[in-house]
Amino acid sequence: MKKRLRISLLLVAILSVFRVAAQDRAVTGKVTSSDDNSPLVGVSVLVKGTTQGATTDANGAYRLSVPNTNVTLVFSYVGFNRQEVAVGNRTVLDVVLAVDASDLSEVVITGYGSQIKRDVTGNIAQVKGTEIQNMPTPSIDQALQGKAAGVYVNAGTGKLGQGVTVRVRGTSSVSASSQPLYVVDGIPVTNEDLGNYGGATNPLADINFNDVESIEILKDASAGAIYGSRAANGVVLVTTKRGKSGKTNVSVNFQSGVSDATKRVDFLNAQQYADYFRMAAGNRDRRSNIDPKDADSYTQSFFGKDGFLDFYSYGTYGTAKAGDYNWQDKAFQKGSINQADLQFSGGNEKTQFYVSGQYLTQNGTLIGNSLERFSGRLNLDHQANKWLSLGLNMSLARTLNKRLPGDNAFSNPLQISAISPITPFEDPETGLPAGTPPGDINIPLYYNPLISINYARYAQVGYRNLLQGYAQFNLFTGLRFRSELGVDIVNQQEEGYFGSQTVRNQTRASRGIGQNYYTGVLNYNTNNYFSYERAFGVHGINATLGMSYQQSQTKSNFIEGTQFPSDAYQRIASAATKSDGSSLETNFRFLSYFLRANYKFANKYLLSLSGRVDGSSRFGLNSRYGFFPAASVGWVLTEESFLRENRFVSFLKTRASYGLTGNAEIGNFPQLGLFQGDAGYVGAAGQRPAQIGNPDLKWETTTQADFGVDFGLFNNRINGEVDYYIKKTTGLLLNVQIPATTGFATQTRNVGELENKGFEFVLNTENLVGKFTWSTSLNLGANRNKIVNINKQVIDGGISGLTNQAREGQSIGVWWAPEYAGVDPANGDALWYKNTENAADGTRDRTTTNVYNQAQRVVVGNPNPKLVGGITNKFSYAGFDLSVFFNGVSGNNLSFFGVGQYSSGNGIYEDNQTVDQLRAWTKENPNTDVPEARYLQRNGNQASSRYIYDGSYLRLRTVTFGYNFPKTLVSRLKMDRLRVYASGMNLLTFTNYKGWDPEVNSDDFTGNIAQGNDFYSPPQPRTILFGLNIGF
Amino acid sequence: MNRIPFKSFLLAIATLAVLAGCADRLNVLPTQSIDEQNALNTPNDVAVTLIGAYDGVQDGDVLGGAFQYIPDLLGDNQEVRFGGTFGSHQEIWNKAIAKNNIQVATTWIDSYNAINRVNNVLSAIDKVKGDSKGRIEGEARFLRGYVYFELVKLYAKAWGDGVNATNPGVPLVLTPTRVVDAASNVKRSSVAEVYAQVIDDLTKAESLLPAANGFYATKAAAAAVLSRVYLMQLNYLGARDAANRVIASNRYKLTDTYEENFNTFLNYGGADPTETVFSIQINQQDGNNSLNTFYGVTLSSVPGTAGRGDVRIQPKHTQSYEPGDDRGTFFTRVGSFVYSLKFVDRFGNVPLIRLAEMYLTRAEANSRLGTTTGATPLADINLIRARALLPALTAVDIAAILKERKIELMFEGQLLPDLKRTRRSVGTLAWNADALVLPIPQRETDANPVITQNPGY
Repeated sequence: MKKRLRISLLLVAILSVFRVAAQDRAVTGKVTSSDDNSPLVGVSVLVKGTTQGATTDANGAYRLSVPNTNVTLVFSYVGFNRQEVAVGNRTVLDVVLAVDASDLSEVVITGYGSQIKRDVTGNIAQVKGTEIQNMPTPSIDQALQGKAAGVYVNAGTGKLGQGVTVRVRGTSSVSASSQPLYVVDGIPVTNEDLGNYGGATNPLADINFNDVESIEILKDASAGAIYGSRAANGVVLVTTKRGKSGKTNVSVNFQSGVSDATKRVDFLNAQQYADYFRMAAGNRDRRSNIDPKDADSYTQSFFGKDGFLDFYSYGTYGTAKAGDYNWQDKAFQKGSINQADLQFSGGNEKTQFYVSGQYLTQNGTLIGNSLERFSGRLNLDHQANKWLSLGLNMSLARTLNKRLPGDNAFSNPLQISAISPITPFEDPETGLPAGTPPGDINIPLYYNPLISINYARYAQVGYRNLLQGYAQFNLFTGLRFRSELGVDIVNQQEEGYFGSQTVRNQTRASRGIGQNYYTGVLNYNTNNYFSYERAFGVHGINATLGMSYQQSQTKSNFIEGTQFPSDAYQRIASAATKSDGSSLETNFRFLSYFLRANYKFANKYLLSLSGRVDGSSRFGLNSRYGFFPAASVGWVLTEESFLRENRFVSFLKTRASYGLTGNAEIGNFPQLGLFQGDAGYVGAAGQRPAQIGNPDLKWETTTQADFGVDFGLFNNRINGEVDYYIKKTTGLLLNVQIPATTGFATQTRNVGELENKGFEFVLNTENLVGKFTWSTSLNLGANRNKIVNINKQVIDGGISGLTNQAREGQSIGVWWAPEYAGVDPANGDALWYKNTENAADGTRDRTTTNVYNQAQRVVVGNPNPKLVGGITNKFSYAGFDLSVFFNGVSGNNLSFFGVGQYSSGNGIYEDNQTVDQLRAWTKENPNTDVPEARYLQRNGNQASSRYIYDGSYLRLRTVTFGYNFPKTLVSRLKMDRLRVYASGMNLLTFTNYKGWDPEVNSDDFTGNIAQGNDFYSPPQPRTILFGLNIGF
Repeated sequence: MNRIPFKSFLLAIATLAVLAGCADRLNVLPTQSIDEQNALNTPNDVAVTLIGAYDGVQDGDVLGGAFQYIPDLLGDNQEVRFGGTFGSHQEIWNKAIAKNNIQVATTWIDSYNAINRVNNVLSAIDKVKGDSKGRIEGEARFLRGYVYFELVKLYAKAWGDGVNATNPGVPLVLTPTRVVDAASNVKRSSVAEVYAQVIDDLTKAESLLPAANGFYATKAAAAAVLSRVYLMQLNYLGARDAANRVIASNRYKLTDTYEENFNTFLNYGGADPTETVFSIQINQQDGNNSLNTFYGVTLSSVPGTAGRGDVRIQPKHTQSYEPGDDRGTFFTRVGSFVYSLKFVDRFGNVPLIRLAEMYLTRAEANSRLGTTTGATPLADINLIRARALLPALTAVDIAAILKERKIELMFEGQLLPDLKRTRRSVGTLAWNADALVLPIPQRETDANPVITQNPGY
């Protein structure tokens, strides 16, 4: 990095001609780097307190006339600590500048170019590859959790390889996607869900993030506008490692560990279960005026001969064979992770390479879940001659993901928790898991997910090829032309077979059902742009102008067969009935022109203008193109004379940006009124109106203003950033709920306005330096989301009943339901506040009602965190290093309704109940918050604030403790580096949430509006691993 | 530095010039769907849209089961229990329905979706020439009339409960939707207006439809639905004559045994029995019989059976059969619950209208009118009883006819309409209780400012 920087500054030096008037005497000298004693070119040498100065030449030499008085020279250079030296009598003054430990001199990737962090006027968060390497998560987005201010990551469930929710500065759309754009080495990569089973898949899981040099997250309009209509949700730029000339470095890394689910929820044991339902059935009999001794009573249906308990316990209930079965435990297994990495890098002056390979195998903490990935990469750079360089990046990965069904499926392993604890794990007749044929398949109460584990499989194999070639021409001084062509190919096959034993779950599987899906995505992209970088005296210019074109085609086909001769045959060739089949194709294209110009005056005043014209096939002819401009300014106060001398403040920059970005992630043909030919009727072909058109549909636009301060204190030992932003999205692409009497439920319209505003705070400190080092980095992002206007519409998402909603004046995804008022001590009825609004003064009627429909709905919770952050402390001493990383969110709510309506729901269903239901109202226990248990009758399990909980948590995300063997020992072993480490992930979680995991977003109920729902969603794994790293 | 590499400069310009020509490439059309402008231009377009309309009503939330199990659960008085975790269905069975009940919303949305398909067919009917024009129009009107009839029965006050001309029915939308604007906020038409539209559609359908039309709508099917409409209006003359037209067509025949009417895929590989006047077709590739979903249960001994086993039949019902009644044996015990065997077939067709109902309707109407059109009420009832292996009666009255009707048509969607038109209560709820009418779905009152909610919600 530094090297590249120096080359570019070489140009600056050569072209900067300073003439200094001759004065009393001359001082000459050479400035070198403390790093490698190389000469530093372009160092500013200034006579303190004056404007007299010079810069060093190509050899690092300077010559300066100084007054004869006692003067002090100030040497300053980007990337190095400023140094002041009293001249005294000397005429030759050589100086060694120390490398600045802070990251101000880092090169930041900006999209079609790069910039020194110090000069950046937009907001770009940088995460180094080293900060996330070897994290035991399959995908890079998950690894980013808590690493960058204002970037909220929620893995949703503990299932491996699943889609992850990432929000940069809040959710900025209602119906269009709010996921950021991912760009890997210049190619916008495919990141849509490509799965046909369970929750969304995560195509980023195909990327080995140990290959990553750095990740830049473009957050404000100034940084993002160069990506125009793709940037409103932020842009994540992933840059992979490249070789450096010199010795070939080899790095080998092994790590291996075990994992376990972070938490269990407490359910009733067999005795508690029977007691609880005796109460629930008895109450129902009393309320229906049935004698509990009557054979037809609810009580007898539970406890009588051939009753519920008798049947579902295989007749063991009430006998000596009766047992107590904790079904939840059966959903989990000990997980494991094994990973091996091999990396080579090196090259000579003309050609550099980086080659890597990785093998990762991970067994989930939920039964039946695993992920295995082989990946390889080759990055090559070649300098053909003085004006031409060429390069190639190539990566190939094979990812095998044994997937689990969506949360809302009886076969979701964690739904096993609902099974009555009186049901034995095994059918006593057959010794097979309960419900397995030839035993009675109607036992247990619900389908036993273990049967799917034993007799069904669903494997997804993806081949992912990311290929990119570039040619770069140095046209004349400072002007370059770069042409890039990238291809991202996904080839994915999903194969599922559900044996005849699973028929209770897969109702068409009476003789087996097999499915096979193929999905291919060919996404290619070309970027062609000029860049110009030059300094004219105190003026610095850096400009980019170019175009890009992206074309993506997705094709998929599917075949399904039933009626297999036996479960030994699992390919559709053996299916007597080909029961379903399909093939699909969809396309989208983008044509874009972009421009960016950065201007810098005297390293003090910074200006950046950028813009992009985007055309997309997704929009109608009348609104096909959109223009997204942005501007930003920066002022480096520490370059001003009044701060220059300040020993306390070593760096201070203020910056402001304003601009537009867009969002076009609304499906491929949202503007058209469409008929679809999928409406056949038992063999006869048919068509149907499928989508109501909207010819006026256009881009969704986000206007963002950002004000920031970057500061460094005490030679940047303390440095940080503070930002305030306001992000307004207008012309929202909205799936507006329309009267269903039209024949349609929604229409996509540009309606309304949404706002996100917030603060971000980053602080890095070097607390202790020297032998024992201690550094801390903290990032915090506070965001407030508000839907300003959606034409008074209300849009639902999430779990029916307790839906998340988009409503005016509220944050997106608030839960809108009656407010639970506890229990009537007199009769055990659930109560809700009426909350009827008094039109006169806007107050609400706080009296309660036991009639659910009489209670007005109000906002009962907000799934958007108010504050998201992470803090890392790193310590090192004598070869030992320790890194402790916490992340957390606060101020959000979670809905347990998906589970609680069954498991904490007054015994309405026979589901096993959470232990807190033992507090249910009785005459003896009239003052409680749990309503009277009533079998097969609602009493408080309706959607209400009863199931909304605080979702705040603080989690010890990773702890890594390592030891680097001393150089002397290592070199004797002919090695450069030998390191051993132990690492733990999710070791501790602090939360008040009663469900499995506060980091939850059920995969079957997730989107912009649907957030924070728990539906038997598996918790994150707690992983402990050991690793070994060798370099030679 | 060096001389300008002129060649490369040219190359760069050329690259940009070539790529600037990409603009045309932004014209991308969908591959699985077509623009509505091109969808209804030929006779074939109209014909396949009609098939699309059948596909719409085939939905398990429309005629594929919901219009049968909703009134049966709502009209039940402890003869069944609804277990399982479909809280929305349980609310219906408990007659305590929340405005946001998901089934109430889904049936509404999917019904109007089907109606819009029909409206598309009718809007382009002039594109069809020749013989098939009348048939297509007839089928379309049949489907629309049928669905509106089911909607008005469930979502509005019963015919005769107050003033039909002012009681709100359901919104009547008779043209296809091309744009959504203020006019899309449609008010509820009155109960009388909806019935008038239903009768208009069905009457025209009956006159246009052929007598034989495969498993699609026929003249007799239209007459059969008309007989139900007239019965709801207490127009016994209309009901009697319509039912009689179905019987007199001689195209349908009672099956030898009661159970032959059901589980058509397991029994006949999907064909309808001779008694079926109209059904929703299901096969392995297409359709979902939601009666199977909720009434059905997987029988280990019979491959191809399925179901959640949510509707559990109580002794109160099974004990209501006369000794020897064949229909009383059409149940099975699985574990601690008893289930009906009518809908255990995963791919069974959904029987909507059987000839037996026409005999029962004709008997009742004749009895009430004191006429003997077609046959005497006693003869009609004894025909049904004989098939159920019951001894012939010597006399019948309305109570006996209604009892026979209930037993014969149990779980086939006639329970609540029959109770309402005969002004009988459901347990403690009077026939016209607010709780026996579904709410207008909350999502609809949220989206449509001019639609009114039903009393009691």
